[in-house]
Amino acid sequence: MNIHEYQAKELFAGYGVPVPRGVVAFSPDEAFFAAKQLATTPVVVKAQIHAGGRGKAGGVKLAHSPEEARDLAQSMLGAKLVTRQTMPSGKTVHKLLVEEGLPIDRELYFSIIPDRATAKIVIMASTEGGMDIEEVAEKTPEKIVRVSVDPLLGIMPHHCRRAAFALNLPSRAFKPFTKMVSDLYRLFVEKDCSLVEINPLVLTTDERVLALDAKINFDDNALFRHKDIAGLSDPEEEDPLEVEASAHNLNYIKMDGNVGNMVNGAGLAMATMDIIKQAGAEPANFLDVGGGANAETVENGFRIILSDKNVKGILINIFGGILRCDVLASGVVKAAKKVGLNVPVVVRMEGTNVEEGRRILAESGLNLINAKDLTDAAKKVSEIVN
Amino acid sequence: MSIFVNKDTKLLVQGITGREGRFHALACREYGTNVVAGVTPGKGGQDVEGIPVFDSVAEAVEKTGADASLVFVPPPFAADAICEAADAGVALVVAITEGIPVLDMMRVKNYLAKKPVRLIGPNCPGIITPGECKAGIMPGFIHKPGGPVGVVSRSGTLTYEVVDQLTKAGLGQTTCIGIGGDPVNGTNFIDCIDAFNKDPDTQALVMVGEIGGNAEEDAAAFIQANVKKPVVGFVAGLTAPPGRRMGHAGAIISGSSGTAQAKVSAMKAAGIHVCENLGELGALCKKVF
Repeated sequence: MNIHEYQAKELFAGYGVPVPRGVVAFSPDEAFFAAKQLATTPVVVKAQIHAGGRGKAGGVKLAHSPEEARDLAQSMLGAKLVTRQTMPSGKTVHKLLVEEGLPIDRELYFSIIPDRATAKIVIMASTEGGMDIEEVAEKTPEKIVRVSVDPLLGIMPHHCRRAAFALNLPSRAFKPFTKMVSDLYRLFVEKDCSLVEINPLVLTTDERVLALDAKINFDDNALFRHKDIAGLSDPEEEDPLEVEASAHNLNYIKMDGNVGNMVNGAGLAMATMDIIKQAGAEPANFLDVGGGANAETVENGFRIILSDKNVKGILINIFGGILRCDVLASGVVKAAKKVGLNVPVVVRMEGTNVEEGRRILAESGLNLINAKDLTDAAKKVSEIVN
Repeated sequence: MSIFVNKDTKLLVQGITGREGRFHALACREYGTNVVAGVTPGKGGQDVEGIPVFDSVAEAVEKTGADASLVFVPPPFAADAICEAADAGVALVVAITEGIPVLDMMRVKNYLAKKPVRLIGPNCPGIITPGECKAGIMPGFIHKPGGPVGVVSRSGTLTYEVVDQLTKAGLGQTTCIGIGGDPVNGTNFIDCIDAFNKDPDTQALVMVGEIGGNAEEDAAAFIQANVKKPVVGFVAGLTAPPGRRMGHAGAIISGSSGTAQAKVSAMKAAGIHVCENLGELGALCKKVF
């Protein structure tokens, strides 16, 4: 789960991590009063969307007066921001963070991530702040220091010192920074984060260290024990179909193509999208209905796929193991009748009771096309949409 | 021969009185697995169709000699269940549970590293040595006993698809392992590939990967350096958009890392026969093996 920068900074502040003074604004007038209240020249006006790369895309601007902050807010609010991390259609800006301007001496990089392979928590720090960290890792890997922390042992002072030495901090900033590392680690663990990233972390000319930016991702699997965090999610940032799907416990991700597809199992669903593309068509979605698919899940799946007006054909790919093909076929027929199916559906089933399942589909009188195998299914659905 | 489980495996099922646990414990027994015990704290003394239920794993192990555990415990309590099994001295823990917090698994993995136990999963279909032992939720009937192919995969139904194609192509399996779709898992590709490589009956390997992480790249390097047996590989997610979690918690492209394209390239460079079209995997294996 992602949250906004301003929310991440509120969490930071709660853990004692220094952040610039800032006010959230939902309207040009609020931006005006925010700038007035902050009383620095300039103030920074930052678009709040769930995507990085805002600076280069025009989502972060300086205002030298409250009036200018209001004008900037006027042009930014409601407009779409296209960054390298958004879809080409961009994301609509609904809120802004107005922050005090700071006298910046150096821009640094800091993050905490889990390392999948070693199961350690890794702290990354670099003097190359404000840049794409992947680019730094590729071109000058020696400029990134990685400190590995055993989650059973937790963070220790020498971990924090290593990060501080790597950043070549002046002595007055050293101690506050090591405390910050320890506080951020505590936040990472206590809130089950999957990413805490500050880019840039700034050293000011008066030798303070502050989080100028803040990005936090949370482990969805752990949200059950963090109701406060779950409450920070912003429905305006999500695709409405994805929100509806998750309410039905379906794993749905919208894509740009026109072949809707419904599959049991995430790996098979990804492979099904791939095979649709290989057959010369584009998948309209990822949809995993899970191992225990029944008539109800299939019905909800149909409804969500059909809400996407780009969909011209549907491919259902089910490997029936525990789930029997005849049960699934009955579910498909029932659901298709109920939702008033208006596009052709190619069904590929394999596994337990497959013959009986195919018979049910064939005798349904609906526009359900049996495919004999995966390749055949992809070919048939591709022919339909092209 | 086979790896990790065989006809002598004595399986216990943690969470046996829950719906899933009960259903699959009985399905495993029906397949021929020696299911000797179940564990549900507070329900010791009961039985599930003749399978005795104990309050703790330690008691189940002591009374029945169980040496492997299959875990169906819900996510909030799964890490505890896995560690309890490890402490009780079983040699193998297979965790089916989906949705365990990553941080819990990181702690579990570091804890288990100091113990003589192998963890498979979590968020996996389990492991099967066809004709001998099924410790998982996979449909047993699609498998063909006797080898010569070893299968290792990060997925569930995608593995069934692959196994089904192998069986239909006349290729049996020594052992099939789902290592799970979570970012942090117990047994990885390399552990399985190494074991298959040392198993005389396994003459060929199929590895099924997906987007996210670098496990496929690491495995490819291991194969290039150590494995003479032919390997067919497949990677799901060529069309997956970056930054989105594709069903599995671990199936996510972060920045430019974890793409299917990078994995396919690494596998090809390591001499692995990469299947580009899932519909043709069985035919490719028949040709290569």
